[in-house]
Amino acid sequence: MGLTDSDINAIWLTIKLAFTVTLILLIIGTPIAVWLAKTKSWLRGPVNAIVALPLVLPPTVLGFYLLIAMGPNGPIGQFTEQLGLGLLPFTFWGLVIASLFYSLPFVVQPIQNAVEAIGSKPLEAAATLHSKPLDTFFHVILPLAKPGFISAAILGFAHTVGEFGIVLMIGGNIPTETQVVSIQIYDKVEALEYAGAHKLSAIMLVFSFIALLSLYSFQKRGIASKFRVGR
Amino acid sequence: MINSNKTVPSSIIAKLKASLHSESQVFELEVSSEFPSQGITAILGESGSGKTTLLRCIAGLENNVQGQLKVEDRIWLDEKQNVPTYDREIGFVFQDARLFEHLNVHQNLQFAVKRSHEKVKRAFYEEVVKALDIHHLLRHKPEQLSGGEKQRVAIARALLIKPKMLLMDEPLASLDDARKQEVLPYLAALQNMFHLPILYVSHSTDEVCKLADHVIVLHQGKVIIQGEINEVFSSAELPSIYKRETSTIVDAKIIEKNERWHLLRAEFGGNTIYLQDNKQTVGKTVRLRILANDVSLSLKDEKESTILNRLEGRIAGIEVDKNGASALITLEVNRTEIVAQVTRKSVDDLFLMVGMTIWAQIKSVAILA
Repeated sequence: MGLTDSDINAIWLTIKLAFTVTLILLIIGTPIAVWLAKTKSWLRGPVNAIVALPLVLPPTVLGFYLLIAMGPNGPIGQFTEQLGLGLLPFTFWGLVIASLFYSLPFVVQPIQNAVEAIGSKPLEAAATLHSKPLDTFFHVILPLAKPGFISAAILGFAHTVGEFGIVLMIGGNIPTETQVVSIQIYDKVEALEYAGAHKLSAIMLVFSFIALLSLYSFQKRGIASKFRVGR
Repeated sequence: MINSNKTVPSSIIAKLKASLHSESQVFELEVSSEFPSQGITAILGESGSGKTTLLRCIAGLENNVQGQLKVEDRIWLDEKQNVPTYDREIGFVFQDARLFEHLNVHQNLQFAVKRSHEKVKRAFYEEVVKALDIHHLLRHKPEQLSGGEKQRVAIARALLIKPKMLLMDEPLASLDDARKQEVLPYLAALQNMFHLPILYVSHSTDEVCKLADHVIVLHQGKVIIQGEINEVFSSAELPSIYKRETSTIVDAKIIEKNERWHLLRAEFGGNTIYLQDNKQTVGKTVRLRILANDVSLSLKDEKESTILNRLEGRIAGIEVDKNGASALITLEVNRTEIVAQVTRKSVDDLFLMVGMTIWAQIKSVAILA
């Protein structure tokens, strides 16, 4: 297709970033989602709102605060420096952290919806069959909410691939470190390399379409819980 | 409130207080009850009486429950502890079966087998599968089953946890009449096969009379009457909603078949009674229900009458109903008691008094099971 080395690097970096973020989000998003689906605490409202914030905030706002927090005077920055990791802005892991916040609602909400849809009935039945809460999670909730987890993974991955603003704020534009596809396209347009921008843009378009197509055709079979953003 | 005077080992003690807060209202349940750890105990009540809540409290599925709950030698609830549901050795059959949709029937059953505190032997598994007649369904998914089949699988699953007590929450309520008839015989057989105490929640007096040995009647979260089935249903204290159901319930043994008249001769408590032959076998015990409204009284044996079943007895009690028009008469007939619902006017006209000898004419007898 005539991709340059830096294009391939950017694609590879984007995949690596999206994969890492999706994996981490599935791990930390699941307990949050299950808690939100089950809790009767007054904290439910505020936590729901915080999780959903990235849906409405401009990425620059989130990026700005994260930049400060991860900077030399910010709490995250001081912590990472104490650990000897240095500062995170303009590094791959800085991007990962920023993306975790930014893609959080896309992972939490489908799982939360799926768990809410299960309701308390199968869980009560499991308890009467001597199943302890963790046992119930792995053998009842997880299999019944599987479509929700698949939706969450697809959306988390696709949304991380599609980031731009927050990447620019936190990561800048360092090849093989923070230069993801969306930034690369921006660069090419700035440099008036329209042919190169076309190739990458077309790849992004096709990828995003396929991701959403798989999501919706999967839901159409009636086994996935509906994905709703901004509940 | 009457309590069973027969000496049954009362080893399930439930003294529970629960307040349940739903969106707009608070429901208070206050029950203090002891019932036998054998046989079927029915919890009877209208919807909203708290019968399901009581069962859920016993299972540990409700929060905000206080009191004492003791099942044989195990304490599940007292001031110091509240054993979580998953550690209570109960089998729970929900009204809506609640099979796990992601597992097939066999896997649903194995879910219980794997988690039973006692090892479940292959032979026991086979016995349960056979008793509920679900062998041909093992590879099916829950969505492929009929309502009755789902309920049978749910009962099998509850049995496979090897519970100390089986709790059943209206297991037939969501089924149509044909499906009810499909599941009922299995329920009746359970008790004999597995020797488990069963707590059976129902709003249907019909089901309760068929199955139960012991009854607790709940109204607005409180026990109004409890005791042996016959004692409760023949009591003048039966709550007004069940007044029309006042009856004598006895277990009778079939002695002889009369081929010519298609009748059965049965015996209970030293009395002989004739029943319509519905293909029951001689020697079998059947449960009979005689509605108090179907018994009339006469001062002498009316031989010139179409009523076949006439029993001589002694009046043991006369209770005038709250409505002022009728009275419930308890007769001692050999070793059992039969109740008759008559008008107060008749009591007066015939000068009926406790201790009098009288003839009971039984217009109809229902064979329940």
